[in-house]
Amino acid sequence: MRIADLTRFTLNSLLAERQRSALTMLAIAIGIAAVVLLTGLGSGLQRYLVSQFTQFGTHLIAITPGKANTTGFSISAIDTQRPLTLPDAQSLLDIPGIEAMTPVVSGQLSAEFAGKSRRTLAFGIGPQAPTVWGMPLARGQFLPADDLIAPRPVVLLGNTLARSLFDNVNPLGEKMRIGGMSFRVIGVLEAKGQMLGFDIDDAAYIPAALSLQLFNREGLMEIDVLYNENETSSSVVKRLSRRMIERHGAEDFTVQSQDQMLASLGKILDVLTFAVGALGGIALLTGGVGILTLMSIAVAERRGEIGLLTALGAPPNFVLQLFLGEAVILGALGGLLGVGIGLAGLGLLHLAIPALPFAPRMDYLLIAEALALLIGLVAGVWPAMKAARLDPIEALREE
Amino acid sequence: MIELSHLGRRYLLGDSEVNALDDINLSIAAGEYVSLMGPSGSGKSTLLNMLGLLDRPTTGVYRLENRDTQNLDELERARLRRERIGFVFQSFHLLPRLSAFDNVALPLMLAGISAGERQSKVQQALAAVGLMDRAQHRPNQLSGGQRQRVAIARATVMHPALLLADEPTGNLDSRSGAEVIELLETLNASGITLIVVTHDPNMGSRARRRIVLRDGRVTEDVYQDAAK
Ligand SMILES: Nc1ncnc2c1ncn2[C@@H]1O[C@H](COP(=O)(O)OP(=O)(O)OP(=O)(O)O)[C@@H](O)[C@H]1O
Ligand SMILES: [Mg+2]
Repeated sequence: MRIADLTRFTLNSLLAERQRSALTMLAIAIGIAAVVLLTGLGSGLQRYLVSQFTQFGTHLIAITPGKANTTGFSISAIDTQRPLTLPDAQSLLDIPGIEAMTPVVSGQLSAEFAGKSRRTLAFGIGPQAPTVWGMPLARGQFLPADDLIAPRPVVLLGNTLARSLFDNVNPLGEKMRIGGMSFRVIGVLEAKGQMLGFDIDDAAYIPAALSLQLFNREGLMEIDVLYNENETSSSVVKRLSRRMIERHGAEDFTVQSQDQMLASLGKILDVLTFAVGALGGIALLTGGVGILTLMSIAVAERRGEIGLLTALGAPPNFVLQLFLGEAVILGALGGLLGVGIGLAGLGLLHLAIPALPFAPRMDYLLIAEALALLIGLVAGVWPAMKAARLDPIEALREE
Repeated sequence: MIELSHLGRRYLLGDSEVNALDDINLSIAAGEYVSLMGPSGSGKSTLLNMLGLLDRPTTGVYRLENRDTQNLDELERARLRRERIGFVFQSFHLLPRLSAFDNVALPLMLAGISAGERQSKVQQALAAVGLMDRAQHRPNQLSGGQRQRVAIARATVMHPALLLADEPTGNLDSRSGAEVIELLETLNASGITLIVVTHDPNMGSRARRRIVLRDGRVTEDVYQDAAK
């Protein structure tokens, strides 16, 4: 039989049972839609996180207290670990390849001015923080290059905080209280937007030493280092580690470069995306069972047709191909339908949450469609074999 | 055209054996009109299926158009069924989802004949059974007699040499049954070898040759004057 005729004949028999075929296709479609949707969500999340983590620049290395395990997340071994101190941070600056450094401490504090009070994010940083993180200044100046250990009480305000606390007053030079301590405002930062959902413009930036006092902390949360772009991250990481081990006598800290972090983040999200896709795959299995059931019923109902085709001289493999073809077409069309539903779902999600760049991944779309085809094929094999094995005389016997 | 010698077909049912066909020796020439009669279970359908290459004998030899069918592989047998043999069944076996036209076109499609070429052949076949105006009707929109005529058009659209009909009027009233028989006889008159299984003695006596089976054996094989 010619391909065009065979296709028409196959579609025709599917159309003859359109309700049943549609339901079966739907079962596959739901599975495929789940795969497309979930993997789209996963990869959207991944892109979002990567963009969030790279908005401060890419030649960054973070030192955190505690030794990291292999996954890149630190497990605090509190008793043996020495805190990261400001002198530790200071000592890093003379390492070759290091451009700038800032200690990091953060937490919630109340900010007060002229009787107004507001709980805000407070970052304890060093004078080089703007260089490390690329924070543009709107007005005023950055933290002065003071003594790290005994800095003057001055503060940089994030854009949102400045506006909400000072209204129309020019904050520059004003005195305000943060966590009960008096600070002089020396600069206002440009609006930068959100970071992982936090409004980083609604924040106050004060010298790290003072933030340690206010938060009553012994050690820094992190030291961020900007390295020369001509250096490789691994060589700088090595130098930083050596210096820190010299100072602490043991490796009770973790040095992680941005690219390492992105890589391990990417790995985790890949696994997540895959796992979530596999979940959709289970839904696909249901669709496969649907095809198997439908085709088995079809074979039983169409015994006469099977016998007739043999009597009319259909070649030996024809019946097998016919039923296998129907199953594959069911799978393929169900897959296409599912891809459509999945993409539509992603589109709707994108409308609902514009901040997250939900993106379908072409490779997952193709894999999903191939999977649908394969499921059709596998689910069709058994019924098709049953049809092909039918004795034509038996099949033609009048009831 | 057909030569059967010592042909047997045995079924095994558990421990017991059933000789559906038992030592059949027959020779049927091209263009003959044969009625195959006998009580229920005597082996008529089994013989017809054997002649139509749907079944293989357990013993003996079946020569069709001077070829021993024993040595044919499935592909060859399928080709012979497609090109040399037409089947007509008691229950028509039309595909309900296809129009009369498409049902008749089915053997041509299986033979890989192009849609353009099919058009005229199907029209001819439908015209020969007087159903040109019903080409686009589905089987369920046709009467029993019309359905059987569509089935005959399908059986003859490839211009086979042999037409096998198993109780073709079994599901029809006497009037449309007679029409169907006349149609088959017309086809026979134009040269096709016709073998009809029937229970109806009237119909059986119309054929020029009557073969009667009993318990898988030929008990009667007579040439008769076509009673009109
Ligand atoms: N698949 C089978 N398995 C076992 N026995 C069978 C099988 N097919 C046919 N037979 C037996 O072979 C014998 C002949 O059957 P066949 O169908 O040829 O009879 P028939 O003459 O066509 O009868 P009817 O007039 O009722 O159609 C019967 O005894 C039947 O029981
Ligand atoms: Mg019979």
